[in-house]
Amino acid sequence: MGTLNDFRMETRAWLEENCPESMRGPAAVGEEDMIGGGKKQVYKNPDAKVWLDRMAARGWTAPMWPTEYGGGGLSKDEYLILQDEMIRLNARSPIGGMGFSMIGPTLLDYGTEEQKREHLPKIVSGEIRWCQGYSEPGAGSDLAGLQTKCEDAGDYFLVNGQKIWTSGAQYADWIFTLVRTDPQAPKHEGISFVLIDMDQPGVTVRPIKLISGSSPFCETFFDNARVEKQNLVGQINRGWTVGKRLLQHERSSISGLNSGGRRGRYDGMRGLTDVAKEYVGLADGKLADATLRGEILVNEMNQRAFGLTQQRAMAESESGGTPTFATSFFKYYGSETGKTRLELQLKAMGTQSLGWEGDMFSDEEKTLTRTWLRSKSSTIAGGSSEIQLNIVAKRVLGLPD
Amino acid sequence: MPLVLNEEQNMLKDAAKDFCGNNTPISQLRKLRDDKADKGFDEPTWQQMVELGWAGIIIPEDFGGLGFGYMGMGVVMEECGRTLTASPLFSTAVLGASAIMNAGSDEQKGELLGQVAGGELLLALALEETPHHNPYGATTKAEKSGSGYKVTGSKKFVLDGHVANKLIVVARTSGNAGDRDGLTMVLVDSDAKGVKVTRTFMADSRNAANIEFDGAEGVLLGTEGKAADVLDRVLDTGRILLAAEMLGSSQECFERTVEYLKTREQFGVPIGSFQALKHRAAQMFCEIELSKSVVLEALSALDENSDEIAELASLAKARLNDTYNLVSSEGIQMHGGIGMTDEYDIGFFMKRARVSEHTLGNSAFHRNRYGETQGY
Repeated sequence: MGTLNDFRMETRAWLEENCPESMRGPAAVGEEDMIGGGKKQVYKNPDAKVWLDRMAARGWTAPMWPTEYGGGGLSKDEYLILQDEMIRLNARSPIGGMGFSMIGPTLLDYGTEEQKREHLPKIVSGEIRWCQGYSEPGAGSDLAGLQTKCEDAGDYFLVNGQKIWTSGAQYADWIFTLVRTDPQAPKHEGISFVLIDMDQPGVTVRPIKLISGSSPFCETFFDNARVEKQNLVGQINRGWTVGKRLLQHERSSISGLNSGGRRGRYDGMRGLTDVAKEYVGLADGKLADATLRGEILVNEMNQRAFGLTQQRAMAESESGGTPTFATSFFKYYGSETGKTRLELQLKAMGTQSLGWEGDMFSDEEKTLTRTWLRSKSSTIAGGSSEIQLNIVAKRVLGLPD
Repeated sequence: MPLVLNEEQNMLKDAAKDFCGNNTPISQLRKLRDDKADKGFDEPTWQQMVELGWAGIIIPEDFGGLGFGYMGMGVVMEECGRTLTASPLFSTAVLGASAIMNAGSDEQKGELLGQVAGGELLLALALEETPHHNPYGATTKAEKSGSGYKVTGSKKFVLDGHVANKLIVVARTSGNAGDRDGLTMVLVDSDAKGVKVTRTFMADSRNAANIEFDGAEGVLLGTEGKAADVLDRVLDTGRILLAAEMLGSSQECFERTVEYLKTREQFGVPIGSFQALKHRAAQMFCEIELSKSVVLEALSALDENSDEIAELASLAKARLNDTYNLVSSEGIQMHGGIGMTDEYDIGFFMKRARVSEHTLGNSAFHRNRYGETQGY
């Protein structure tokens, strides 16, 4: 225990010394809240780059990855301490994105030594930003129905087809994709997992405007896009296994499982009960609207139970939270409860929560409008709630097809 | 907050699972019900549980118990819940022992706790006076009389009230119903003059009684007029351990239902292949996983004497009320017609679920209380 305490003290001192003041608490208006890195990243606040570089130099942008690939090499306990200490300072996360939450962990599981040495350090440093090429217009919940073709062209592969809902593709440098390498095989057995450099003429990205007004998703087109053979992950036609593993990492990321049920990184939003107290008011120490209070309590208590369950999953997993089929349960419950929470925030704030633009609404109110709309994707993306329930029923409960 | 069991607790859990599986299957409860057994539990089985040390799990070693803590009691309650074991464990070794431990004088603790651990004394907490849980609602009066107190009033739904040797009566020495101040606990022998016990038969086939006190004499337990704080701790201990029992029952009821979904065929296929049932089963799985976490967290709060006991007790009891209600209702629905028959065991879970739900606070009670602990 002495050494863990030393680690805490050392970490605390280092963070206090190295985390720039402007990286503590919510981002200033007009400044990006979350840095994604990559060649196209613009650092509106130069401190964001300083903070990223300092954390990356210690490998603390990917605290539990092995040091030989640029990671921090921390144990689970050390990682939790680092999180605690960051929360203590209200330090914002220096960088995030699919490099860290999805492709990195998947390469650690399935990548060759060469692939790990090539790609992981560039994720840690923020040099390369990744996006995901999974869904297609005709392959959503039925992901294995995907049709994007990948053909052997001798020294390399050629990819043709279209991906959709490629989050952040307009900012990304590389895309990890599921492609069809054997159209004759049964649908799960003709799929491969390849990494594609987006900086080439055969790759085109078009943003899609969503109901929240923003364009976090894109369509990505491949027209004779070239893929070097060393960028095939796992075996040819065995990509479904790799792809499913990545989905587990994605789901654990969406559900917050990999933060071990900690209250979450600082996101600048006030809690539901604080908002309700302000907009609804208290009468005799209780929220004045008794019905709304009851609904809020159900949600708050579910959230707390969910957080405890995340902690329990971490405690049960000796290997530091390796995702299993349980990730489907976390993804389902976390996203549904989060969505309900935002609906309750709307009820608490009334029409002030539905402003779109203009000075009649505060920044917090306008942000909420968009956060609420965006939250609707959380139960669709990464496998819809219905798909997660199918997985729990089949893999956990063993119910027949 | 250990959210996982340690090795000793796991061993106790395994032992309890074996014992309950072999000695107290649901058929035992069914027989007790059908025979209208006088005690409502099987005395030799209870004495075996005492031999195993279960009656003294939360009682410190200095007073003749095992000193094994609340997490230990929790795993035993959970396994008893799986087989719907009828025994005085909850009334005597949880509520009763907890009241003596928290409020008793050194002399009372020395005299009574050893008897509880040894299976020689059964206790019952006489609290409720209305059909709803109302911890500070006592109107039953206690008046000083010589070195003791005279109790007058009537109590309802006293768990194991008709078999207990001593009754812990929550009475009022001053103030009005609803006031925390003025509550006093009086220990009354159940065969004392002026005590009239009427057994009630409940849907879950477990024991309760209505009790009339007409100037019955007893002795003070704790401090006159100041029982509320101790009572909170005793009730929270009860709520958390009852939630542990409900967790075991919920899991068993759910597992039986999932098994039925796999074997019952209609339209030529197992009904568990229908998505309408799969999704509901998966949702129940989620609720049970969350239930496990809140029970473990609340049990360790008791072991650690944490300042979050009240909120965690309400979190756990509210959640288990709802989960057990859901799982037992769906258990019947998914079993279809056969689930409605008395011959099939699944109905026993629903009956027990509702009685447990209304014991020591329904979900509305506990959500309201949780909100109060959070300042809104």
